[in-house]
Amino acid sequence: MISFIPSDFKVLVQEETCIKCRRCVRECSFEALSFDQRVLADHSRCVACHRCVAICPTGAITVVKNPLAFRENANWNEELIKNVYRQARVGGKLLTGTGNDKPYPIYWDHLLIDAAQVTNPSIDPLREPMELRTYLGSKPARLDFYYDGTGGFKLTTVLEPQIKLETPIIFAGMSYGAVSLNVHKALAEAARRAGTLMNSGEGGLHDSLYPYGENIVVQVASGRFGINRAYLERAAAVEIKIGQGAKPGIGGHLPGEKVTEEISRTRMIPQGTDALSPAPHHDIYSIEDLRQLIYAIKEAVRYQKPVGVKISAVHNVAAIASGVVRAGADFITIDGFRGGTGATPTIIRDHVGIPIELALAAVDDRLRQEGIRHQASLIASGSIRSSADVLKAIALGADAVAIGTAALIALGCQMCQKCYTGRCAWGITTQRPDLVDRVDPEEGAERLYNLLRAWSLEIKEILGALGLNSIESLRGSRERLRAVGLTDTEMAILGVKPAGR
Amino acid sequence: MALVKHDARGLSFRELNEKLHRLVAEGVDTIDLVNVNGQRYIGTGLARQVRLNIYGTPGSDLGAFMDGPEIYVHGSGQDAIGNTMNSGTIIINGDAGNVLGLSMRGGKIFVRGNVGYRVGIHIKAYGENLPKIIVGGVAGDFFGEYMAGGRMILLGLDRAPGQPVVGDFVGTGMHGGTIYIRGEVEEHQLGKEVGLMELTAEDEDILAEDLAEFASIYNLSLEEIMKGPFVKLVPLSHRPYGQLYVY
Repeated sequence: MISFIPSDFKVLVQEETCIKCRRCVRECSFEALSFDQRVLADHSRCVACHRCVAICPTGAITVVKNPLAFRENANWNEELIKNVYRQARVGGKLLTGTGNDKPYPIYWDHLLIDAAQVTNPSIDPLREPMELRTYLGSKPARLDFYYDGTGGFKLTTVLEPQIKLETPIIFAGMSYGAVSLNVHKALAEAARRAGTLMNSGEGGLHDSLYPYGENIVVQVASGRFGINRAYLERAAAVEIKIGQGAKPGIGGHLPGEKVTEEISRTRMIPQGTDALSPAPHHDIYSIEDLRQLIYAIKEAVRYQKPVGVKISAVHNVAAIASGVVRAGADFITIDGFRGGTGATPTIIRDHVGIPIELALAAVDDRLRQEGIRHQASLIASGSIRSSADVLKAIALGADAVAIGTAALIALGCQMCQKCYTGRCAWGITTQRPDLVDRVDPEEGAERLYNLLRAWSLEIKEILGALGLNSIESLRGSRERLRAVGLTDTEMAILGVKPAGR
Repeated sequence: MALVKHDARGLSFRELNEKLHRLVAEGVDTIDLVNVNGQRYIGTGLARQVRLNIYGTPGSDLGAFMDGPEIYVHGSGQDAIGNTMNSGTIIINGDAGNVLGLSMRGGKIFVRGNVGYRVGIHIKAYGENLPKIIVGGVAGDFFGEYMAGGRMILLGLDRAPGQPVVGDFVGTGMHGGTIYIRGEVEEHQLGKEVGLMELTAEDEDILAEDLAEFASIYNLSLEEIMKGPFVKLVPLSHRPYGQLYVY
């Protein structure tokens, strides 16, 4: 039988300008290009990562969408048809990388931010102090002071461990294995420079990152990779990973070919074996069990560090988050369904979970109603794309946000969604030494730092416009948001009024 | 410093462990914990080669994240004993609960009696670290689930006639390490990722060495235990889930 799947893209090489230097052939990690007197393209292998386009010294290469269109069909679109072809050939689950690319509503884009006019003054952040400092950790319900009778006061409340952030943006958990060591190094260095945090993800922590411990959250996930006392002790905080927005409820398999010598050492598993993360933690089947693990970790770190829990945004997220807080979590990371991934079945990525905006608002509401909002910090993630998204998340109730995809884009990611192949031409989601070298940790750190700086400047600008001089003042202040194009129910969940009211 | 007695009666786990950590930090080498009654996390996160003698029933997560100590329980244990432990030894005189040795990466756990479900789940070996679990009695379902390395031995001693040595789904998802079981294991009890093998001479040597330690701890006859018969379970693949995807 003839088996024909039209290629997604076409690589066009302009004969007149090509100088036959073959750099494109060497750079194409997907082996779409070869050379035989001229550059030849196997279009079926092209993923539109644009590495060849970027590297070509004469600008001779263009990548275009394959114009071979199927007959127009709003129901059976091109992707669905091709997926059926592929699955009929192989009989397996479709894999993908990065976040959900389907046109679901993006609530950030239906929320608008207020500004001060006449009746309250705006503030110029260039000339007045503007505070972005954020503390993550459980806050006390009340503060007690001792007054010594001569004018001296002393705080007598014992505070739970806190982490100081200079900006309310941290890096999301991405494991060494999913991303390269150079990416981890760049994230760690940028976090240190910016006074914020990176998150090890679930693949352990390479020993070269130990000096950055004060700026690293380490994860304890179901695979328990690379977790020993040193790992817990080096970190600023520990996060129990229950779920990930791109793949709620499922585990993960780092394929054996990605388990190189360094990764095997860091994860503490044999080289070449699959690193399996089971779907659940098998010591956690209930909120009570979660409490048991939270306190096992608190005991192990002698109550010196915050212990948090990362969950995916799912239907019942508010009740789950309430349980997580009551289980003793010092912070909760909620990852929305548009969050990124190195590898996940497409069917899960595209159809499971709920948007972070609704989940965040629902959780913040629920925790307030129950009077336990202060007991844990809320970190929102799952597609924070700009400083505006950061601000809107904080106004909806987040203490901070975590960025993963945005950070990788800062390092050059072109969103080709082929992370799971291990061939990333930009050196980000690969372990092939020749490709890994394409990310320079120093330069990468600079770009990541720049991104954090730029967003922080923009946040200050907007805070000034709002007439606020501290991010604290915006936290949970939904009155400063208005909705456009949302239903009454959506606005009720978000706790915002329509624009004009 | 020699032996210190630490009375756990009426103490919360936090009070008990606070004092325990203080004693260890002060340099005490042997600690007798008496009147232990369900307190969790005893020995959790301890990283010095101390000896804890526990009299009573310690609670769950005994020796979690532990790195080095030797814990001797004169009684039974609860769930998640040796959770993610790195090195050291845990000896249980009685029975133990579920998910014993979850994700442990090194060290040894010995149980004289029976154990619950999902024992040895996802234990893994790396380099010099080779976790070992030896159970004298019988085990529940999912023994050695997701096992990625190390060694588990199940002896089935003191069984009632007809009582199975192990439950169902043995070694489901196993992709590394070895399980030895003394007694009959039917094909239908196995997870689909493991194969049943005959013992080699090398296996006999490994068993003789490991079981000599077990027998001496519990004062049992090694000769009697070694009579077997033993079966050996190994993973059919180090990549059990490699063929499920379309790239």
